[in-house]
Amino acid sequence: MPKRPNQRLEGGDISDRAVDSLRVDGNAAAGVLREIFASDLTTGRAKCAGCGMTRPVGALHVYSHGMGVVMRCPSCDGVVLRIARTPTTLWLDARGAVSIAISG
Amino acid sequence: MTPISRGFRGRRQPEGTAARLPPGQYETRDFPVLSAGPTPHTPLPAWDLTLRGADGKSTRWTWDEFAALPREKITVDIHCVTKWSKFATGWEGVSIDTLISEAAAKEVKTSAYVLARSDGGYTTNVPLADLTNGKAWIAFGYGGSPLPPEHGGPARLLVPHLYFWKSAKWVRELRFMDTDSPGFWESLGYHNYGDPWREQRYSGDE
Amino acid sequence: MTAPPTATRIPWRTATVASVAPETARTRTVVFDVPGWPGHRPGQHVDVRLTADDGYQTERSYSIASAPNDARLALTVERLDDGEVSPYLTEELRAGDQIELRGPIGGYFVWDIETGGPLFLVGGGSGIVPLMAMVRHRHESLATAAGDAHSLRTRLLYSSRAWDEIIYRDELAHLAAEDHTLEVVHTLTRSAPEGWSGFRRRIDKEMLAETAWPARENPRVFVCGPTPLVESVAGTLVELGHQPALVKTERFGPTGSVTPQSTTTKESK
Repeated sequence: MPKRPNQRLEGGDISDRAVDSLRVDGNAAAGVLREIFASDLTTGRAKCAGCGMTRPVGALHVYSHGMGVVMRCPSCDGVVLRIARTPTTLWLDARGAVSIAISG
Repeated sequence: MTPISRGFRGRRQPEGTAARLPPGQYETRDFPVLSAGPTPHTPLPAWDLTLRGADGKSTRWTWDEFAALPREKITVDIHCVTKWSKFATGWEGVSIDTLISEAAAKEVKTSAYVLARSDGGYTTNVPLADLTNGKAWIAFGYGGSPLPPEHGGPARLLVPHLYFWKSAKWVRELRFMDTDSPGFWESLGYHNYGDPWREQRYSGDE
Repeated sequence: MTAPPTATRIPWRTATVASVAPETARTRTVVFDVPGWPGHRPGQHVDVRLTADDGYQTERSYSIASAPNDARLALTVERLDDGEVSPYLTEELRAGDQIELRGPIGGYFVWDIETGGPLFLVGGGSGIVPLMAMVRHRHESLATAAGDAHSLRTRLLYSSRAWDEIIYRDELAHLAAEDHTLEVVHTLTRSAPEGWSGFRRRIDKEMLAETAWPARENPRVFVCGPTPLVESVAGTLVELGHQPALVKTERFGPTGSVTPQSTTTKESK
């Protein structure tokens, strides 16, 4: 039986606030991000390609979509990072970040 | 060896649904909301839907014009790649066949591939052959009521025979293309076509 | 991008329930033995994975409630109606059962005594959990004379719906009674016991102005709870002069309120 993570929405209420409740801080996605980088990416500072604002990855608005993790700029809502995990591969699309600076 | 959590059942499907479920799916009675961003709220007076040919020629409908088009009620099963399936969902929408034929009168020609583009930047690609001949709609009603914003209202693409990420919420444009162009999830490891009955979830699946 | 070498991944570990204990009518603490657990910092969380006997799996994230030096790992879980996982963790799970955990996760919303103070913690509902890990860590560090209590002075502002829904209520009262450098301020938003003389409303600017350490003292601030509370509190603290970089937030869902707020955390660059 293939074992794949299945992110279900807790609670049966369908409403706008339920969508916004899917938005959690960046470190809820840290488990998946950690799989990419040896250091903890959530402490890195990402410069948004959309509006140029720079902030810690941990402060991005994370949409924990069942298919992947979408991290958006709190200022302009632009997608900064996208991550998807298939059974064999971890995909990272960082074209929404001009740069990510991780100290250390 | 993965430890089993005694007594954990998760959400279970009732008897007799097995034949209706594509491989690897579970029936849900909910309608889960999965979102990659904040819910767009485009006011109806500002909303339009565009069909655009590969040569750039386009035609658009305002909400009022769109509401005047012939519409259909359909009942379909839908299947999300995150493994939930929902049976007998009721929708109301305008067939893509209707839109294409209206667009042809404005000299907008189709091409083999289509890219659906939505408010908020989401995209998904579907072959033209999977949108025509009664296979797809622009849906504006769900369960007898107007489609709510968190489920893609005012209108979403509805392509029930493919995984539901292809049924782009908040759709605003169908762009015809001569070459295929992977959309939001298709460019991030998901299958380019997405047939639930062949369990085409991820790129590389047969 | 190719898959990373397996050595850098955080593995799933088998966790065995050592004990369970109710906190309130809707919340329960579950204490686990996790062989090989690498330790954690207060504020971090774990991913929990459950597997049914037919192989079906699902995952959720939960903040760690226990302090780093505790022998066992504790999570405090709130039961969500219609939840798929929380009813199992709060009602079914019992000593001897096994789940899988991955962690610790998170480098942003963490505090330990090396970070320094003063410390202002704002929690709403189950948002208290990661803050409690910080409070417990602080308590055990000061008990071993590991820091200067006054420089680590801490105030916790905790919003709950009612007196009997306050998670860790008695433990917080006990810790605050023992240690005058820890103050716990409650606000109740739906109902209060007779004779209640504390705050009786949602957290607002006036309450924050009264309870937060002055901005000029550069307190470290941690806000955790439902998204609207967190965004409102963080924004108000910045309006009150706190540096955005010192105000750290963690949002839990689902929320109790309706209107999405625009983000108010400001960056200086």
